[in-house]
Amino acid sequence: MDAKDVQRAVARIAHEIIERNKGAKDLVIVGIRARGDYLAARVAEVIEGIEGLTIPVGIIDITLYRDDLQVVLEQPVVHKTDIPFDITGQVVILVDDVLNTGRTIRAAIDQLIDFGRPKSIQLAVLVDRGHRELPIRADYVGKNVPTSQGQQVEVRVREVDGSDEVVVVEEPFPR
Amino acid sequence: MSRKKSLWIRSGRVLDPGNDLDQIADVLIRDGKIASIGRVKKPPVGAEIYDARDKLVVPGLIDMHVHLREPGREDEETILTGARAAAAGGFVAVACMPNTSPPIDNQETVRFIRHKAEEAPVRVYPIGAITRGRRGEALTEVAELVAAGIVAISDDGDTVKNSAIFRHALEYASMFEIPVISHCEDPDLRGMGVMNEGFVSTVLGMKGMPAIAEQVAVARDIGIAEFTGARLHIAHVSTAGTVELIRMAKSRGVRVTAEVTAHHLVLTDEAVRSFDSNTKMNPPLRDEVDRQALRDGLADGTIDCVASDHAPHSQEEKEVEFDAAPFGIVGLETSLGLVLTELVGGGVLTLPQVLAKMSLNPARILGIPGGMIRQGNVADLTIIDPDLRWTVDRRAFQSKSKNTPFDGWELTGCAVATIVGGQIVYRREENET
Amino acid sequence: MKWQSRHLLGLEGVSAEEIRLILDTAGSFKEILERPIKKVPALRGITVANLFFEPSTRTRFSFELAEKRMSADSVSFSTATSSVKKGETLKDTVKNIEAMRVDMVVIRHSAAGAPHFLARCVDAAVINAGDGAHEHPTQALLDMMTLREKYGSLEGLRVVIVGDIAHSRVARSNIWGLRTMGASVIVCGPKTLLPLDVEQLGVDVSVNLDEALEGADVINVLRLQLERQTQGLLPSMREYNREYGITLQRLAGAKESLTIMHPGPINRGVEITPQVADGPYSVILDQVLNGVAVRMAVLFLLSGGEPKLT
Repeated sequence: MDAKDVQRAVARIAHEIIERNKGAKDLVIVGIRARGDYLAARVAEVIEGIEGLTIPVGIIDITLYRDDLQVVLEQPVVHKTDIPFDITGQVVILVDDVLNTGRTIRAAIDQLIDFGRPKSIQLAVLVDRGHRELPIRADYVGKNVPTSQGQQVEVRVREVDGSDEVVVVEEPFPR
Repeated sequence: MSRKKSLWIRSGRVLDPGNDLDQIADVLIRDGKIASIGRVKKPPVGAEIYDARDKLVVPGLIDMHVHLREPGREDEETILTGARAAAAGGFVAVACMPNTSPPIDNQETVRFIRHKAEEAPVRVYPIGAITRGRRGEALTEVAELVAAGIVAISDDGDTVKNSAIFRHALEYASMFEIPVISHCEDPDLRGMGVMNEGFVSTVLGMKGMPAIAEQVAVARDIGIAEFTGARLHIAHVSTAGTVELIRMAKSRGVRVTAEVTAHHLVLTDEAVRSFDSNTKMNPPLRDEVDRQALRDGLADGTIDCVASDHAPHSQEEKEVEFDAAPFGIVGLETSLGLVLTELVGGGVLTLPQVLAKMSLNPARILGIPGGMIRQGNVADLTIIDPDLRWTVDRRAFQSKSKNTPFDGWELTGCAVATIVGGQIVYRREENET
Repeated sequence: MKWQSRHLLGLEGVSAEEIRLILDTAGSFKEILERPIKKVPALRGITVANLFFEPSTRTRFSFELAEKRMSADSVSFSTATSSVKKGETLKDTVKNIEAMRVDMVVIRHSAAGAPHFLARCVDAAVINAGDGAHEHPTQALLDMMTLREKYGSLEGLRVVIVGDIAHSRVARSNIWGLRTMGASVIVCGPKTLLPLDVEQLGVDVSVNLDEALEGADVINVLRLQLERQTQGLLPSMREYNREYGITLQRLAGAKESLTIMHPGPINRGVEITPQVADGPYSVILDQVLNGVAVRMAVLFLLSGGEPKLT
């Protein structure tokens, strides 16, 4: 996917969100570090443009909720979770770049619940590459990219990587 | 008693500075005495042969400051195990301090030690207490103790705080020509200290024992010795200031002698950074300036001997946090190796100087036989391999206690045989390294 | 920057990068303390033993809270060393820890080096919560976190540590940490409470409080143990208060941005007056909050052990 494809996918997701929720009332968007947060901001921007109201955007760092913390060699660097609004009673759109095993989403949902009791949580991802290990599915998908286990999907965003694109790379040391 | 077997020590380098002896020679021992030094053409029939090629044959080493813990703490050391450790370290004789339980402040205890020592492989000379119960209050019955066999008096472990009592101790001991061995430490200045007071104690936040606590006591004791004209021996000198005080006193003709331990010559308080309680002793390890001054003082004759201050402590007592651990380390089995490696190897002392510091001088200070290889003398000898490289392994110690900071150290030179009264009481096995 | 050390025994020898990592992590964790559910599952399945051989309320509470916030299982043990024969309990405890399969140990002990002793004997990660007058690394870290929040950086800050330097683990850990992070440190107190050769730690030394306070950005006021008087180190508390007590009058010429810190518990009226302790310069309560965040960060970073074989 090139920059145009990414832009179109974001726009489509935004439209689908509005359509499904019949507007953007009581809607908040939370992006998962590190990439999902930028995509979240863009989705919010598109929705705001259409609906003409301000959408609260938060950032979630799932490190402390990972299920492999005791397995990894060194502790990963923890960044701040930043949800400066109450999510109770809101529809939370959780945004991530790639949906793979589903473990990241499980961690993010667990953490969201610690912040309050949302009316519902919906999941939006730019790429769904399959290989689920948990019963999780996305409500909004930018593009389905079938991959093999030995491949990695890399989402690049201009805010961090300089350009918007999605590429499939072969893992140098397949697991 | 059956006739002792003769011993023929072949082709060793016989080194005896007290006798101006340094030659490759055979030493023949008969009836526990040195029969001849020189070329032996025909050894007596049935003589045991010890091949001493490339080895040093020297006057038996003497450690004038050890704690054997018996009576009282036989779980830490006994006279027998301490004497075995001494033999393994190359010592033919030790003088044991009286801070036992009960202390050596009565003739019964002296007799007990001498009786126990009969089974011991090396000679054990008891040192009597200066004051009864080592309480610093009333003098012991020194005449009776001397008659029972003590060679010096000391309240080692504590300073005799009362200056008048200490004066009387010196005066009284001088009647018997025995030295008073002083543990020099002002108890108030030392306070609750657990290590040398200095930069390292500041970093570690540990209570310090300042150098001045030692020096104040040394200055007092030298003053009293000078005033009384009696013989004073300063135990375990640890600071540069003390070395200077002794140097000045000797130049004035004060009858003062002094000893230093191998560990104070080798380690500094930097070692305490490990928090290993085997770096905790009294006097404490001092700083680099002090260590250098001790080496200089030893080399120029200010300090007369090297002693181990062998202080066994049980593993249970020592394997605790630093503050709670008792002071002291074992030293009999590492003393010679450290001196040969660090001081001879480091160019501080010559081999003849080492023998003076570890044999002749202690013998003279205590007025005991030994220190020289001479025809007709009792055959107390140490055979040293000056080039043997070995690793300190505390599990292999003869001593009951293993509290040493030198475990795992690689040293060069050690005793390979210890001969007491013509008998080989210790022989290093060939496969030991 | 990744965390490499197995234990946190002190700040001596800890690099600026490592300190920054702890403080950054602690900064991320502070947000958790403001949530409705102040708990994350990061240390689920990890067992922490808090061993307090010396009475302490706030440090123990702070660690316990940090452990709970991180979902660790924790057990606490506290006793006064004076009530038992010294040494015995620590050794017995070591054996117990091994038997109980504890992952991390937080230890406070009156003997310098007790945590190091423990670290040598057990497999668990050891956190020093204060050992004698040696170190108290988490206190210094929370002090630095508090200052960094206020000033952005520690570089170039002029920090005066006032009081009983000789017997203070807080002073030592602060000196190591602050010097590493580029602050300048002045220690100030009566000569009897300044340890030998302390200037070799790279600090300025002063016995005159007014001189020491000139141009100060931060004053870290140490607690004065009342027993220093009976030990003959001080003539009287009254005289100490007059010479070294932090009062509003003393701060008349201070910078507006001045920060007053105190590790607690405060002897009001001895080393600091209530007006100063509760006044505008004081960040004493921020220190308490940051203490929990810093301890969460330390627990988290030390919990990353070897990979488990599956």
